[in-house]
Amino acid sequence: MLLKVENLTKQFEGLVAVSDVSFQVGAGDILAIIGPNGAGKTTVFNLISGILPPTSGKILMQDEDITCLKPYQVAQKGIARTFQTTALFDQLRVLDNLAIGYKLKTTTGFWSTIFRTRGWKEDRDKCTQKVLEVLGFIGLAEKTYSLVSTLSQEEQKRLAIGIALMSDPKIILLDEPTGGLIQEDTDSITALIRKMKKTGITVIIIEHKMRMIMDLADRIVVLNYGEKIADGPPEEVSKDAAVIKAYLGGEYIA
Amino acid sequence: MAVRLFFKEKWFYLLILAFALTVPFLVPGRYFFQIIIMSCLYAMATLSMNLILGYTGQASLAHAGFFGIGAYGVGLMTKAGISFWAALPVSALLAAFIGLLIGLPTLRTRGSYFAIATLCFGVIVSIIAGSWVSLTGGYTGVVGIPKPTPIPFPVIGKLSFNSLTAQYYLVLAFLLLTLFVMHRLVFSLQGLSFMAIRNNEALADAVGINTFATKILSFVIANFFAGLSGGIYASLIGSISPSTASYMLTFNWLVYLLLGGVATLSGPIIGAFAIPVLMENLQFLEEYRLLIFGVLLIVVIIFSPRGLMGVIESVWNKSKAKNPVRKAGGEYAAEGGKPDQAI
Ligand SMILES: Nc1ncnc2c1ncn2[C@@H]1O[C@H](COP(=O)(O)OP(=O)(O)OP(=O)(O)O)[C@@H](O)[C@H]1O
Ligand SMILES: [Mg+2]
Repeated sequence: MLLKVENLTKQFEGLVAVSDVSFQVGAGDILAIIGPNGAGKTTVFNLISGILPPTSGKILMQDEDITCLKPYQVAQKGIARTFQTTALFDQLRVLDNLAIGYKLKTTTGFWSTIFRTRGWKEDRDKCTQKVLEVLGFIGLAEKTYSLVSTLSQEEQKRLAIGIALMSDPKIILLDEPTGGLIQEDTDSITALIRKMKKTGITVIIIEHKMRMIMDLADRIVVLNYGEKIADGPPEEVSKDAAVIKAYLGGEYIA
Repeated sequence: MAVRLFFKEKWFYLLILAFALTVPFLVPGRYFFQIIIMSCLYAMATLSMNLILGYTGQASLAHAGFFGIGAYGVGLMTKAGISFWAALPVSALLAAFIGLLIGLPTLRTRGSYFAIATLCFGVIVSIIAGSWVSLTGGYTGVVGIPKPTPIPFPVIGKLSFNSLTAQYYLVLAFLLLTLFVMHRLVFSLQGLSFMAIRNNEALADAVGINTFATKILSFVIANFFAGLSGGIYASLIGSISPSTASYMLTFNWLVYLLLGGVATLSGPIIGAFAIPVLMENLQFLEEYRLLIFGVLLIVVIIFSPRGLMGVIESVWNKSKAKNPVRKAGGEYAAEGGKPDQAI
């Protein structure tokens, strides 16, 4: 198992946002986390990525305890993420946004930057190479020099994924990557996620769009009021009584 | 296209350099020459303030405090007989080190805490300069600071800094050094990390940038150059007082920065040269000068947040509108549109 979450609990004052949740994800899989609004899905991502410290529980990446690491350290362990409300560097160009995602792969510091040492130049060239590769992968090559603010919503979501891909992560956490998009755009993001899986990246995805998730996920974890109420392959989860109940009679589920 | 762009820029920089080198032969008089020398020093201070405030987005309001630390360092050490060339780097490093001590507790947090803490620190520095009489001479300050130690040359004798021309070339060299360092930093992944923090600190953190260490680095470099400019100031002017470290000076630089262009390399320099000259020429307006600058500042902040350089860029971009690279990229593209240029 690549990532293991064990008995994770997060309490905000009176509210238990995540309650004793455990799950695992195997290398190369797509794991979906679903659940009604406020179920604690984003909080789980914030706990994994180190933005919030858990009240209790453990997070293991390749059997290494990463529970108390800071966000930038978690990123260095190969866990990248995107945010529910698309987060980008909106004062900069597409190209710069991607390049920033490569920073953690470089070791050059102040002096090598000032003297443009061979190491600095190698980093720059590798970064440029990776930018071109990711631009092609996310299909934004024509927008290389565009300012983020001139991109469409769907292009911005692809760029957010692109930034995460720049560091060659082992796992990528996607928080509602198609939130607010029309069907056509949802399909193009779904295709992108499938393409990522093909390259061997493990994906954990939060989504509300049931049809899409049933199709895409290898495994689904269902949260409700912070608790895990189901965990299994899509066919199994979609027939689960507790899940159908949580989704108000199950009209969501195809 | 990109190659030609770069070529043209090189000529542009060479032209500016050629002009800067001939300034001593063009200035009308000593007084004006003094103003230009001061502008070079203030341009250094503003450029370095731009790194932490403009590029990294952390409002450091203690910049004159660090300028003052450099100035007092050089003033006191050279009066004690230490060579200027030893006192200057030591003082600049001292400013950088004190900056590190201030940054460690204050840069951990996000938001306005840093601005308030640095403002307080800036005020404290000038209070200490005013009241630690036995060290700093109190409000009279330090007077009779020697000029930079002459540099001996084997055959021709030695290069002394008594003439304004020699002093000008000295500050010009340091200004160019500052500009060079800033340029290399800004156009690198390091510079992009600074801008990432300014733009979206939470995302910068999530993509693996150690935001705290990066902010510290930016602050320490900025303070080093603040101390450096302060040290040269002390030696060239010959006397310093608590007002050398006053927050009023910080606010002057802030005005240069805002009017010239935040987060651009040319903006701070343009601001530091144009505004003092403008101030001189508007002497006849007396107090109304400040009113005019106040209004000007508000107009610029509302209509061109990137200052004068922002205006120049947008005019430039419009004239080049058929080239999307320039149109889209603001300062980056204007200074080199190739992908690797920004990295
Ligand atoms: N930083 C925080 N401080 C206090 N309460 C929080 C915090 N973050 C989340 N919560 C609360 O925890 C609960 C779970 O929130 P979370 O954002 O994880 O839900 P979610 O499953 O992602 O919902 P949605 O589908 O709406 O995105 C909510 O009741 C929310 O108000
Ligand atoms: Mg959420």
